[in-house]
Amino acid sequence: MSRAVGAGWETVIGLEVHVQLATRSKLFSDAAVEFGQPPNVCASAIDMALPGTLPSVNENAIRMAVRFGLAIDAQINRRSVFERKNYFYPDLPKGYQTTQLAAPVVGAGRLRIALAGGGEREVRIHHAHLEEDAGKSLHEEFPGASGIDLNRAGTPLLEIVCEPDLRSGPEAVALLRQIHALATYLEISDGDMSQGSMRCDVNVSVRPAGDSALGTRTEMKNLNSFRFVERAIEGEAARQIALIEEGGKVVQETRLYDSEANLSRPMRGKEMAHDYRYFPCPDLLPVIIDEAFIAAERDALPELPAACRERLMREHGLSVDAANLLTAERATVDYFEQVAAVCSAGKMAANWVNGELAAQLNKTGGRLADCPVSAAELGRLIARILDGSLSGKLAKTVFADMWAGRGGVDAIIAARGLQQVRDSGAIEALVDKVLAENAAQVENYRTARPEKRGKMLGFFVGQAMKLSGGKAAPGEVNRLLREKL
Amino acid sequence: MALQPDEIARLARLAHIQVTAEECGTLTERLDAVLDMVRQLQACDTAGVEPLAHPLDAVQELRPDAVADAESPETLMRNAPAAAAGLFLVPRVLD
Repeated sequence: MSRAVGAGWETVIGLEVHVQLATRSKLFSDAAVEFGQPPNVCASAIDMALPGTLPSVNENAIRMAVRFGLAIDAQINRRSVFERKNYFYPDLPKGYQTTQLAAPVVGAGRLRIALAGGGEREVRIHHAHLEEDAGKSLHEEFPGASGIDLNRAGTPLLEIVCEPDLRSGPEAVALLRQIHALATYLEISDGDMSQGSMRCDVNVSVRPAGDSALGTRTEMKNLNSFRFVERAIEGEAARQIALIEEGGKVVQETRLYDSEANLSRPMRGKEMAHDYRYFPCPDLLPVIIDEAFIAAERDALPELPAACRERLMREHGLSVDAANLLTAERATVDYFEQVAAVCSAGKMAANWVNGELAAQLNKTGGRLADCPVSAAELGRLIARILDGSLSGKLAKTVFADMWAGRGGVDAIIAARGLQQVRDSGAIEALVDKVLAENAAQVENYRTARPEKRGKMLGFFVGQAMKLSGGKAAPGEVNRLLREKL
Repeated sequence: MALQPDEIARLARLAHIQVTAEECGTLTERLDAVLDMVRQLQACDTAGVEPLAHPLDAVQELRPDAVADAESPETLMRNAPAAAAGLFLVPRVLD
Protein backbone atom coordinates (compact mmCIF):
# COMPACT_ATOMS: atom_id res chain seq x y z
CA MET A 1 0.00 0.00 0.00
CA SER A 2 1.31 3.42 -0.87
CA ARG A 3 -1.08 5.18 1.49
CA ALA A 4 0.58 6.79 4.51
CA VAL A 5 -0.13 5.14 7.87
CA GLY A 6 -3.19 6.75 9.40
CA ALA A 7 -4.30 8.55 6.25
CA GLY A 8 -7.82 7.86 5.03
CA TRP A 9 -9.19 7.00 8.48
CA GLU A 10 -11.89 8.69 10.48
CA THR A 11 -11.99 8.63 14.29
CA VAL A 12 -15.41 8.32 15.94
CA ILE A 13 -15.77 9.35 19.57
CA GLY A 14 -18.56 9.12 22.10
CA LEU A 15 -18.36 10.55 25.61
CA GLU A 16 -20.03 9.70 28.89
CA VAL A 17 -19.55 12.65 31.21
CA HIS A 18 -20.15 12.41 34.95
CA VAL A 19 -20.95 15.75 36.54
CA GLN A 20 -21.02 15.83 40.33
CA LEU A 21 -24.08 17.78 41.39
CA ALA A 22 -23.66 20.57 43.93
CA THR A 23 -26.36 19.43 46.32
CA ARG A 24 -25.94 19.85 50.06
CA SER A 25 -26.98 16.29 50.87
CA LYS A 26 -26.57 12.93 49.14
CA LEU A 27 -28.82 11.60 46.39
CA PHE A 28 -30.54 9.07 48.67
CA SER A 29 -29.65 10.17 52.21
CA ASP A 30 -29.41 13.35 54.29
CA ALA A 31 -25.66 13.00 54.89
CA ALA A 32 -23.54 15.95 53.76
CA VAL A 33 -21.75 16.06 50.41
CA GLU A 34 -18.38 17.51 51.39
CA PHE A 35 -14.91 17.07 49.95
CA GLY A 36 -11.86 16.53 52.13
CA GLN A 37 -13.55 15.39 55.35
CA PRO A 38 -12.11 12.71 57.66
CA PRO A 39 -13.10 9.21 56.50
CA ASN A 40 -16.72 8.13 56.91
CA VAL A 41 -17.98 11.24 58.71
CA CYS A 42 -20.19 12.09 55.71
CA ALA A 43 -21.62 8.59 55.44
CA SER A 44 -25.00 7.78 56.95
CA ALA A 45 -26.50 4.39 57.69
CA ILE A 46 -28.06 4.53 54.20
CA ASP A 47 -24.73 5.28 52.50
CA MET A 48 -23.18 2.40 54.43
CA ALA A 49 -26.04 0.11 53.34
CA LEU A 50 -26.77 -0.95 56.91
CA PRO A 51 -29.66 -3.45 57.11
CA GLY A 52 -33.15 -2.02 57.32
CA THR A 53 -32.34 1.34 55.77
CA LEU A 54 -34.34 2.83 52.92
CA PRO A 55 -33.28 5.50 50.43
CA SER A 56 -35.19 8.74 49.83
CA VAL A 57 -34.75 10.89 46.74
CA ASN A 58 -33.17 14.35 46.96
CA GLU A 59 -35.54 16.79 45.26
CA ASN A 60 -32.71 19.18 44.41
CA ALA A 61 -30.86 16.51 42.42
CA ILE A 62 -34.00 15.98 40.31
CA ARG A 63 -34.31 19.75 39.94
CA MET A 64 -30.69 20.09 38.75
CA ALA A 65 -31.08 17.27 36.24
CA VAL A 66 -34.23 18.91 34.86
CA ARG A 67 -32.42 22.26 34.63
CA PHE A 68 -29.62 20.67 32.64
CA GLY A 69 -32.15 18.94 30.40
CA LEU A 70 -33.92 22.20 29.63
CA ALA A 71 -30.58 23.89 28.82
CA ILE A 72 -29.74 21.23 26.21
CA ASP A 73 -33.20 21.36 24.72
CA ALA A 74 -33.98 17.83 25.86
CA GLN A 75 -37.10 15.86 26.45
CA ILE A 76 -37.79 15.72 30.21
CA ASN A 77 -39.29 12.38 31.15
CA ARG A 78 -42.42 13.00 33.24
CA ARG A 79 -41.95 9.60 34.82
CA SER A 80 -38.48 8.51 35.78
CA VAL A 81 -37.31 5.22 37.33
CA PHE A 82 -34.28 4.27 39.42
CA GLU A 83 -32.71 0.89 38.77
CA ARG A 84 -30.08 -1.30 40.36
CA LYS A 85 -26.84 -2.02 38.55
CA ASN A 86 -25.35 -5.05 40.27
CA TYR A 87 -21.67 -5.64 40.83
CA PHE A 88 -19.39 -6.36 43.76
CA TYR A 89 -16.74 -4.02 45.01
CA PRO A 90 -16.02 -3.12 48.64
CA ASP A 91 -16.56 0.62 48.04
CA LEU A 92 -20.08 -0.17 46.82
CA PRO A 93 -21.55 -1.49 50.07
CA LYS A 94 -25.04 -2.32 48.77
CA GLY A 95 -23.64 -4.59 46.06
CA TYR A 96 -25.38 -2.44 43.47
CA GLN A 97 -25.30 1.13 42.25
CA THR A 98 -28.64 2.92 42.16
CA THR A 99 -28.82 4.48 38.71
CA GLN A 100 -31.22 4.94 35.82
CA LEU A 101 -31.48 3.01 32.57
CA ALA A 102 -34.81 2.72 30.78
CA ALA A 103 -36.40 5.91 32.12
CA PRO A 104 -33.78 8.56 32.90
CA VAL A 105 -34.79 12.10 33.97
CA VAL A 106 -33.36 13.66 30.81
CA GLY A 107 -34.08 12.24 27.36
CA ALA A 108 -32.51 13.12 24.01
CA GLY A 109 -31.10 16.64 23.65
CA ARG A 110 -28.31 18.48 21.86
CA LEU A 111 -25.34 20.77 22.33
CA ARG A 112 -23.38 22.86 19.86
CA ILE A 113 -19.61 23.00 19.73
CA ALA A 114 -17.37 25.45 17.87
CA LEU A 115 -15.08 23.72 15.35
CA ALA A 116 -11.39 24.55 14.98
CA GLY A 117 -11.69 25.65 11.35
CA GLY A 118 -14.66 27.89 12.19
CA GLY A 119 -18.31 26.96 12.14
CA GLU A 120 -20.29 24.84 14.56
CA ARG A 121 -21.41 21.24 14.91
CA GLU A 122 -24.43 19.91 16.71
CA VAL A 123 -23.66 17.01 19.04
CA ARG A 124 -26.62 14.84 19.96
CA ILE A 125 -27.02 13.92 23.59
CA HIS A 126 -28.55 10.46 23.91
CA HIS A 127 -29.83 11.04 27.45
CA ALA A 128 -28.66 12.13 30.91
CA HIS A 129 -29.41 10.13 34.04
CA LEU A 130 -28.99 10.44 37.78
CA GLU A 131 -26.89 7.96 39.71
CA GLU A 132 -24.95 7.68 42.94
CA ASP A 133 -21.18 7.74 43.22
CA ALA A 134 -19.29 4.94 44.99
CA GLY A 135 -16.96 5.28 47.97
CA LYS A 136 -13.19 5.22 47.84
CA SER A 137 -10.80 2.32 48.36
CA LEU A 138 -7.35 3.01 49.77
CA HIS A 139 -4.87 0.28 49.03
CA GLU A 140 -1.64 1.75 50.33
CA GLU A 141 -1.72 2.03 54.07
CA PHE A 142 -2.71 -1.31 55.54
CA PRO A 143 -0.76 -4.51 54.88
CA GLY A 144 -3.03 -7.18 53.44
CA ALA A 145 -6.09 -4.94 53.72
CA SER A 146 -7.85 -2.16 51.84
CA GLY A 147 -9.36 0.80 53.69
CA ILE A 148 -12.85 1.92 52.70
CA ASP A 149 -14.03 5.53 52.99
CA LEU A 150 -17.72 5.97 52.15
CA ASN A 151 -17.86 9.79 52.31
CA ARG A 152 -18.31 9.95 48.54
CA ALA A 153 -20.80 7.06 48.44
CA GLY A 154 -24.23 8.33 47.42
CA THR A 155 -22.97 11.65 46.03
CA PRO A 156 -25.32 12.60 43.17
CA LEU A 157 -23.89 12.39 39.66
CA LEU A 158 -25.52 13.41 36.42
CA GLU A 159 -24.19 11.12 33.69
CA ILE A 160 -24.47 12.74 30.28
CA VAL A 161 -24.23 10.25 27.42
CA CYS A 162 -23.51 11.69 23.99
CA GLU A 163 -23.98 10.05 20.60
CA PRO A 164 -20.82 9.19 18.61
CA ASP A 165 -20.87 12.56 16.82
CA LEU A 166 -17.31 13.66 17.64
CA ARG A 167 -14.41 13.18 15.23
CA SER A 168 -11.25 14.29 17.05
CA GLY A 169 -9.66 14.88 20.43
CA PRO A 170 -10.09 18.67 20.20
CA GLU A 171 -13.80 18.22 19.35
CA ALA A 172 -14.24 16.01 22.41
CA VAL A 173 -12.55 18.66 24.54
CA ALA A 174 -14.79 21.35 23.02
CA LEU A 175 -17.86 19.35 24.08
CA LEU A 176 -16.45 18.81 27.57
CA ARG A 177 -15.81 22.54 27.90
CA GLN A 178 -19.39 23.22 26.81
CA ILE A 179 -20.76 20.86 29.42
CA HIS A 180 -18.43 22.30 32.04
CA ALA A 181 -19.52 25.86 31.22
CA LEU A 182 -23.20 24.89 31.25
CA ALA A 183 -22.86 23.13 34.60
CA THR A 184 -21.31 26.19 36.22
CA TYR A 185 -23.81 28.63 34.66
CA LEU A 186 -26.72 26.47 35.75
CA GLU A 187 -25.10 26.23 39.19
CA ILE A 188 -25.62 22.50 39.24
CA SER A 189 -21.92 21.75 39.84
CA ASP A 190 -18.86 23.54 41.16
CA GLY A 191 -17.05 22.19 38.07
CA ASP A 192 -13.86 21.64 40.06
CA MET A 193 -11.98 19.09 37.95
CA SER A 194 -9.19 18.70 40.51
CA GLN A 195 -11.70 17.37 43.05
CA GLY A 196 -13.28 15.04 40.53
CA SER A 197 -16.43 17.11 39.97
CA MET A 198 -16.28 16.21 36.30
CA ARG A 199 -15.02 12.87 35.00
CA CYS A 200 -15.34 11.32 31.63
CA ASP A 201 -15.43 7.91 29.93
CA VAL A 202 -14.37 7.94 26.30
CA ASN A 203 -15.42 5.50 23.54
CA VAL A 204 -13.14 5.46 20.51
CA SER A 205 -13.40 3.61 17.21
CA VAL A 206 -11.93 4.16 13.74
CA ARG A 207 -13.28 3.47 10.26
CA PRO A 208 -12.17 4.13 6.68
CA ALA A 209 -13.14 7.72 5.82
CA GLY A 210 -16.49 7.72 4.04
CA ASP A 211 -17.77 4.50 5.67
CA SER A 212 -21.02 4.81 7.56
CA ALA A 213 -20.74 1.62 9.65
CA LEU A 214 -19.02 2.06 13.02
CA GLY A 215 -15.80 0.20 13.81
CA THR A 216 -15.28 -1.84 16.99
CA ARG A 217 -14.87 0.54 19.90
CA THR A 218 -12.78 0.53 23.03
CA GLU A 219 -13.57 2.42 26.19
CA MET A 220 -11.26 4.40 28.47
CA LYS A 221 -12.66 5.22 31.87
CA ASN A 222 -12.36 7.97 34.43
CA LEU A 223 -10.36 10.64 32.63
CA ASN A 224 -10.37 13.76 34.74
CA SER A 225 -8.66 16.46 32.73
CA PHE A 226 -9.27 18.02 29.31
CA ARG A 227 -5.65 17.42 28.35
CA PHE A 228 -5.76 13.71 29.21
CA VAL A 229 -8.98 13.26 27.23
CA GLU A 230 -7.42 14.73 24.12
CA ARG A 231 -4.18 12.75 24.43
CA ALA A 232 -5.94 9.49 25.29
CA ILE A 233 -8.19 9.80 22.21
CA GLU A 234 -5.38 10.64 19.80
CA GLY A 235 -3.23 7.81 21.17
CA GLU A 236 -6.01 5.22 21.07
CA ALA A 237 -7.07 6.15 17.53
CA ALA A 238 -3.45 5.83 16.35
CA ARG A 239 -3.14 2.43 18.08
CA GLN A 240 -6.32 1.12 16.41
CA ILE A 241 -5.31 2.38 12.96
CA ALA A 242 -1.83 0.84 13.21
CA LEU A 243 -3.37 -2.43 14.44
CA ILE A 244 -5.83 -2.64 11.53
CA GLU A 245 -3.22 -1.65 8.95
CA GLU A 246 -1.00 -4.46 10.20
CA GLY A 247 -3.88 -6.85 9.57
CA GLY A 248 -5.06 -7.06 13.19
CA LYS A 249 -8.52 -6.56 14.67
CA VAL A 250 -9.67 -4.17 17.37
CA VAL A 251 -11.09 -6.01 20.39
CA GLN A 252 -13.98 -4.43 22.26
CA GLU A 253 -12.54 -3.84 25.72
CA THR A 254 -12.07 -1.36 28.52
CA ARG A 255 -8.62 0.15 28.58
CA LEU A 256 -6.88 2.13 31.28
CA TYR A 257 -5.21 5.36 30.24
CA ASP A 258 -1.89 5.95 31.95
CA SER A 259 -1.36 9.70 31.87
CA GLU A 260 2.29 9.45 32.87
CA ALA A 261 3.27 7.06 30.10
CA ASN A 262 0.65 8.58 27.75
CA LEU A 263 -0.58 5.19 26.61
CA SER A 264 -3.51 2.92 27.33
CA ARG A 265 -3.48 -0.78 28.20
CA PRO A 266 -6.25 -3.34 28.60
CA MET A 267 -7.70 -3.60 32.10
CA ARG A 268 -6.71 -6.76 33.90
CA GLY A 269 -9.15 -9.30 35.24
CA LYS A 270 -12.10 -8.30 33.09
CA GLU A 271 -12.23 -11.48 31.02
CA MET A 272 -15.84 -11.90 32.12
CA ALA A 273 -18.11 -9.64 30.14
CA HIS A 274 -20.03 -7.35 32.49
CA ASP A 275 -23.43 -8.55 33.41
CA TYR A 276 -24.94 -5.89 35.61
CA ARG A 277 -28.42 -7.49 35.72
CA TYR A 278 -30.25 -4.18 35.89
CA PHE A 279 -33.73 -4.17 37.39
CA PRO A 280 -36.03 -1.47 38.79
CA CYS A 281 -35.13 -0.66 42.41
CA PRO A 282 -37.94 -1.98 44.62
CA ASP A 283 -36.95 0.49 47.37
CA LEU A 284 -37.79 3.50 45.22
CA LEU A 285 -41.06 4.41 43.55
CA PRO A 286 -41.21 6.05 40.14
CA VAL A 287 -40.43 9.79 40.28
CA ILE A 288 -43.11 11.93 38.71
CA ILE A 289 -41.98 15.29 37.34
CA ASP A 290 -45.00 17.49 36.73
CA GLU A 291 -45.50 20.45 34.42
CA ALA A 292 -45.34 23.00 37.26
CA PHE A 293 -41.95 21.64 38.38
CA ILE A 294 -40.59 21.92 34.85
CA ALA A 295 -42.10 25.36 34.27
CA ALA A 296 -40.52 26.67 37.47
CA GLU A 297 -37.11 25.45 36.35
CA ARG A 298 -37.60 26.86 32.88
CA ASP A 299 -38.49 30.28 34.33
CA ALA A 300 -35.42 30.18 36.56
CA LEU A 301 -32.96 29.31 33.78
CA PRO A 302 -30.07 31.79 33.90
CA GLU A 303 -28.34 33.35 30.91
CA LEU A 304 -26.50 30.53 29.11
CA PRO A 305 -22.89 30.71 27.84
CA ALA A 306 -23.66 31.38 24.17
CA ALA A 307 -26.06 34.25 24.99
CA CYS A 308 -23.61 35.64 27.53
CA ARG A 309 -20.79 35.63 24.97
CA GLU A 310 -22.92 37.56 22.48
CA ARG A 311 -23.88 40.09 25.14
CA LEU A 312 -20.28 40.74 26.25
CA MET A 313 -19.26 41.32 22.63
CA ARG A 314 -22.18 43.68 22.12
CA GLU A 315 -21.98 45.61 25.40
CA HIS A 316 -18.21 45.91 25.71
CA GLY A 317 -17.01 45.58 22.13
CA LEU A 318 -14.95 42.50 22.99
CA SER A 319 -13.46 40.12 20.42
CA VAL A 320 -14.85 36.58 20.07
CA ASP A 321 -11.68 35.18 21.63
CA ALA A 322 -11.79 37.51 24.63
CA ALA A 323 -15.51 36.79 25.16
CA ASN A 324 -14.90 33.04 24.84
CA LEU A 325 -12.22 33.12 27.52
CA LEU A 326 -14.41 35.13 29.88
CA THR A 327 -17.50 32.98 29.44
CA ALA A 328 -15.84 29.58 30.04
CA GLU A 329 -17.04 29.78 33.64
CA ARG A 330 -19.82 31.82 35.18
CA ALA A 331 -17.53 32.97 38.00
CA THR A 332 -15.18 34.60 35.48
CA VAL A 333 -18.03 36.49 33.82
CA ASP A 334 -19.28 37.75 37.18
CA TYR A 335 -15.78 38.87 38.16
CA PHE A 336 -15.23 40.59 34.81
CA GLU A 337 -18.55 42.43 34.99
CA GLN A 338 -17.68 43.79 38.44
CA VAL A 339 -14.25 44.94 37.23
CA ALA A 340 -15.79 46.59 34.17
CA ALA A 341 -18.45 48.30 36.28
CA VAL A 342 -15.81 49.85 38.57
CA CYS A 343 -13.41 51.04 35.84
CA SER A 344 -15.98 51.63 33.06
CA ALA A 345 -13.59 50.20 30.48
CA GLY A 346 -14.72 46.78 29.25
CA LYS A 347 -11.88 46.03 26.86
CA MET A 348 -9.21 46.89 29.39
CA ALA A 349 -11.03 44.93 32.08
CA ALA A 350 -11.14 41.93 29.71
CA ASN A 351 -7.41 42.29 28.96
CA TRP A 352 -6.57 42.27 32.64
CA VAL A 353 -8.88 39.40 33.58
CA ASN A 354 -7.76 37.24 30.62
CA GLY A 355 -4.14 38.39 30.90
CA GLU A 356 -2.49 39.23 34.20
CA LEU A 357 -5.16 37.69 36.42
CA ALA A 358 -5.47 34.43 34.44
CA ALA A 359 -1.66 34.13 34.37
CA GLN A 360 -1.42 34.48 38.15
CA LEU A 361 -4.25 31.98 38.69
CA ASN A 362 -2.53 29.53 36.34
CA LYS A 363 0.77 29.97 38.08
CA THR A 364 -0.68 29.33 41.54
CA GLY A 365 -3.18 26.73 40.36
CA GLY A 366 -5.80 28.68 42.29
CA ARG A 367 -9.45 29.23 41.48
CA LEU A 368 -11.12 32.56 40.94
CA ALA A 369 -13.16 32.01 44.10
CA ASP A 370 -9.93 32.09 46.15
CA CYS A 371 -8.39 34.99 44.23
CA PRO A 372 -6.67 37.42 46.63
CA VAL A 373 -7.48 40.44 44.44
CA SER A 374 -11.15 41.39 44.52
CA ALA A 375 -12.89 42.47 41.33
CA ALA A 376 -13.48 45.93 42.82
CA GLU A 377 -9.75 46.35 43.59
CA LEU A 378 -8.76 45.29 40.07
CA GLY A 379 -11.32 47.78 38.75
CA ARG A 380 -9.74 50.54 40.84
CA LEU A 381 -6.28 49.58 39.55
CA ILE A 382 -7.46 49.95 35.96
CA ALA A 383 -9.10 53.26 36.86
CA ARG A 384 -5.68 54.46 38.09
CA ILE A 385 -4.20 53.62 34.69
CA LEU A 386 -7.02 55.43 32.94
CA ASP A 387 -6.69 58.59 35.03
CA GLY A 388 -2.96 58.70 34.29
CA SER A 389 -1.78 57.93 37.83
CA LEU A 390 -0.06 54.73 36.73
CA SER A 391 1.62 53.51 33.58
CA GLY A 392 0.61 50.08 32.32
CA LYS A 393 3.98 48.74 33.36
CA LEU A 394 3.84 50.06 36.91
CA ALA A 395 0.28 48.80 37.19
CA LYS A 396 1.61 45.25 36.80
CA THR A 397 3.99 45.86 39.70
CA VAL A 398 1.11 47.14 41.80
CA PHE A 399 -0.98 44.15 40.77
CA ALA A 400 1.76 41.76 41.91
CA ASP A 401 1.78 43.53 45.29
CA MET A 402 -2.01 43.31 45.53
CA TRP A 403 -1.79 39.60 44.74
CA ALA A 404 0.79 39.20 47.51
CA GLY A 405 -1.67 40.82 49.93
CA ARG A 406 0.28 44.05 50.44
CA GLY A 407 -2.89 46.16 50.47
CA GLY A 408 -5.20 48.05 48.16
CA VAL A 409 -4.27 49.94 45.00
CA ASP A 410 -3.89 53.41 46.47
CA ALA A 411 -2.09 52.19 49.58
CA ILE A 412 0.48 50.35 47.43
CA ILE A 413 0.96 53.34 45.12
CA ALA A 414 1.58 55.55 48.14
CA ALA A 415 3.80 53.02 49.95
CA ARG A 416 5.98 52.43 46.91
CA GLY A 417 5.99 56.08 45.89
CA LEU A 418 4.76 55.03 42.46
CA GLN A 419 2.51 58.02 41.88
CA GLN A 420 3.29 59.28 38.39
CA VAL A 421 5.17 62.58 38.26
CA ARG A 422 2.80 64.86 36.39
CA ASP A 423 4.07 68.14 37.66
CA SER A 424 5.36 69.98 34.56
CA GLY A 425 8.12 71.73 36.46
CA ALA A 426 9.64 68.48 37.70
CA ILE A 427 9.36 66.87 34.28
CA GLU A 428 10.87 69.90 32.61
CA ALA A 429 13.89 69.61 34.90
CA LEU A 430 14.26 65.96 33.87
CA VAL A 431 13.99 66.79 30.19
CA ASP A 432 16.55 69.57 30.48
CA LYS A 433 18.95 67.23 32.20
CA VAL A 434 18.57 64.57 29.49
CA LEU A 435 19.12 67.11 26.71
CA ALA A 436 22.20 68.55 28.42
CA GLU A 437 23.73 65.09 28.96
CA ASN A 438 23.17 64.02 25.35
CA ALA A 439 24.29 67.00 23.36
CA ALA A 440 25.56 64.92 20.41
CA GLN A 441 22.19 63.16 19.98
CA VAL A 442 20.42 66.49 20.23
CA GLU A 443 22.56 67.77 17.39
CA ASN A 444 21.81 64.66 15.31
CA TYR A 445 18.12 65.05 15.93
CA ARG A 446 18.05 68.64 14.86
CA THR A 447 19.81 67.89 11.56
CA ALA A 448 17.85 64.67 10.84
CA ARG A 449 15.07 64.44 8.26
CA PRO A 450 11.60 64.82 9.89
CA GLU A 451 10.56 61.22 9.11
CA LYS A 452 13.54 59.92 11.09
CA ARG A 453 12.89 62.08 14.09
CA GLY A 454 10.06 59.99 15.53
CA LYS A 455 12.37 57.12 16.26
CA MET A 456 15.09 59.41 17.58
CA LEU A 457 12.66 61.07 19.94
CA GLY A 458 12.08 57.66 21.50
CA PHE A 459 15.67 57.67 22.71
CA PHE A 460 15.17 60.89 24.68
CA VAL A 461 11.83 59.71 26.07
CA GLY A 462 13.51 56.51 27.21
CA GLN A 463 16.30 58.41 28.93
CA ALA A 464 13.88 60.74 30.70
CA MET A 465 11.67 57.85 31.85
CA LYS A 466 14.72 56.01 33.15
CA LEU A 467 15.86 59.06 35.02
CA SER A 468 12.42 59.34 36.68
CA GLY A 469 12.39 55.69 37.68
CA GLY A 470 9.47 55.10 35.33
CA LYS A 471 7.27 57.54 37.16
CA ALA A 472 7.15 60.50 34.79
CA ALA A 473 3.90 60.83 32.83
CA PRO A 474 4.96 59.74 29.33
CA GLY A 475 2.59 62.12 27.55
CA GLU A 476 4.02 65.12 29.33
CA VAL A 477 7.62 63.99 28.70
CA ASN A 478 6.85 63.67 25.00
CA ARG A 479 5.23 67.06 24.80
CA LEU A 480 8.10 68.86 26.55
CA LEU A 481 10.79 67.08 24.52
CA ARG A 482 9.18 68.02 21.23
CA GLU A 483 8.85 71.56 22.42
CA LYS A 484 12.47 71.86 23.47
CA LEU A 485 13.99 70.02 20.56
CA MET B 1 -34.30 -27.15 28.91
CA ALA B 2 -32.18 -27.55 32.04
CA LEU B 3 -29.47 -25.11 33.12
CA GLN B 4 -25.97 -26.31 32.26
CA PRO B 5 -23.18 -26.55 34.88
CA ASP B 6 -21.22 -23.72 33.22
CA GLU B 7 -24.26 -21.44 33.49
CA ILE B 8 -24.57 -22.26 37.19
CA ALA B 9 -20.85 -21.55 37.60
CA ARG B 10 -21.25 -18.18 35.89
CA LEU B 11 -24.24 -17.21 38.05
CA ALA B 12 -22.31 -18.24 41.16
CA ARG B 13 -19.39 -16.07 40.06
CA LEU B 14 -21.66 -13.07 39.48
CA ALA B 15 -23.26 -13.59 42.90
CA HIS B 16 -19.86 -14.11 44.55
CA ILE B 17 -20.86 -17.42 46.10
CA GLN B 18 -19.02 -20.73 46.08
CA VAL B 19 -20.94 -23.71 44.75
CA THR B 20 -19.69 -27.28 45.24
CA ALA B 21 -20.29 -30.03 42.70
CA GLU B 22 -23.09 -31.60 44.81
CA GLU B 23 -24.75 -28.24 45.40
CA CYS B 24 -24.66 -27.68 41.68
CA GLY B 25 -27.18 -30.49 41.16
CA THR B 26 -29.66 -29.21 43.76
CA LEU B 27 -29.25 -25.65 42.51
CA THR B 28 -29.96 -26.70 38.94
CA GLU B 29 -33.24 -28.35 40.01
CA ARG B 30 -34.39 -25.35 42.05
CA LEU B 31 -33.38 -22.73 39.49
CA ASP B 32 -35.04 -24.74 36.73
CA ALA B 33 -38.27 -24.70 38.75
CA VAL B 34 -38.00 -20.89 39.06
CA LEU B 35 -37.28 -20.56 35.35
CA ASP B 36 -40.31 -22.74 34.56
CA MET B 37 -42.46 -20.27 36.40
CA VAL B 38 -40.85 -17.40 34.50
CA ARG B 39 -41.52 -19.22 31.23
CA GLN B 40 -45.20 -19.42 32.15
CA LEU B 41 -45.20 -15.68 32.78
CA GLN B 42 -43.44 -15.05 29.50
CA ALA B 43 -46.21 -16.94 27.70
CA CYS B 44 -48.71 -14.21 28.69
CA ASP B 45 -49.66 -11.72 26.03
CA THR B 46 -48.30 -8.37 27.25
CA ALA B 47 -48.97 -6.37 24.09
CA GLY B 48 -50.17 -2.92 25.14
CA VAL B 49 -49.19 -3.44 28.81
CA GLU B 50 -46.92 -0.72 30.26
CA PRO B 51 -43.69 -2.05 31.78
CA LEU B 52 -44.11 -2.17 35.57
CA ALA B 53 -41.46 -0.32 37.55
CA HIS B 54 -43.04 -0.95 40.93
CA PRO B 55 -45.96 -3.05 42.13
CA LEU B 56 -47.29 -0.24 44.33
CA ASP B 57 -49.48 2.26 42.56
CA ALA B 58 -47.77 5.22 44.21
CA VAL B 59 -45.17 7.82 43.37
CA GLN B 60 -41.89 8.69 45.06
CA GLU B 61 -41.98 11.44 47.69
CA LEU B 62 -39.05 13.79 47.24
CA ARG B 63 -36.89 14.88 50.17
CA PRO B 64 -35.82 18.52 50.63
CA ASP B 65 -32.06 18.93 50.13
CA ALA B 66 -31.03 19.43 53.75
CA VAL B 67 -28.27 17.85 55.80
CA ALA B 68 -29.27 16.22 59.08
CA ASP B 69 -27.00 15.41 61.98
CA ALA B 70 -25.82 11.92 61.28
CA GLU B 71 -24.95 9.23 63.76
CA SER B 72 -21.25 9.30 64.54
CA PRO B 73 -19.06 7.04 62.40
CA GLU B 74 -18.05 5.25 65.62
CA THR B 75 -21.66 4.24 66.23
CA LEU B 76 -22.35 3.35 62.62
CA MET B 77 -19.14 1.35 62.27
CA ARG B 78 -19.50 -0.50 65.57
CA ASN B 79 -20.38 -3.76 63.81
CA ALA B 80 -17.58 -3.56 61.27
CA PRO B 81 -15.40 -6.69 61.55
CA ALA B 82 -12.30 -4.51 61.13
CA ALA B 83 -11.67 -0.79 61.09
CA ALA B 84 -8.68 1.52 61.47
CA ALA B 85 -8.10 5.26 61.19
CA GLY B 86 -11.81 5.80 60.56
CA LEU B 87 -11.82 3.41 57.60
CA PHE B 88 -13.54 0.07 57.15
CA LEU B 89 -10.90 -2.57 56.53
CA VAL B 90 -11.58 -5.34 54.03
CA PRO B 91 -9.33 -8.07 52.62
CA ARG B 92 -7.01 -6.39 50.20
CA VAL B 93 -8.55 -5.70 46.78
CA LEU B 94 -6.91 -4.27 43.73
CA ASP B 95 -8.39 -3.65 40.31
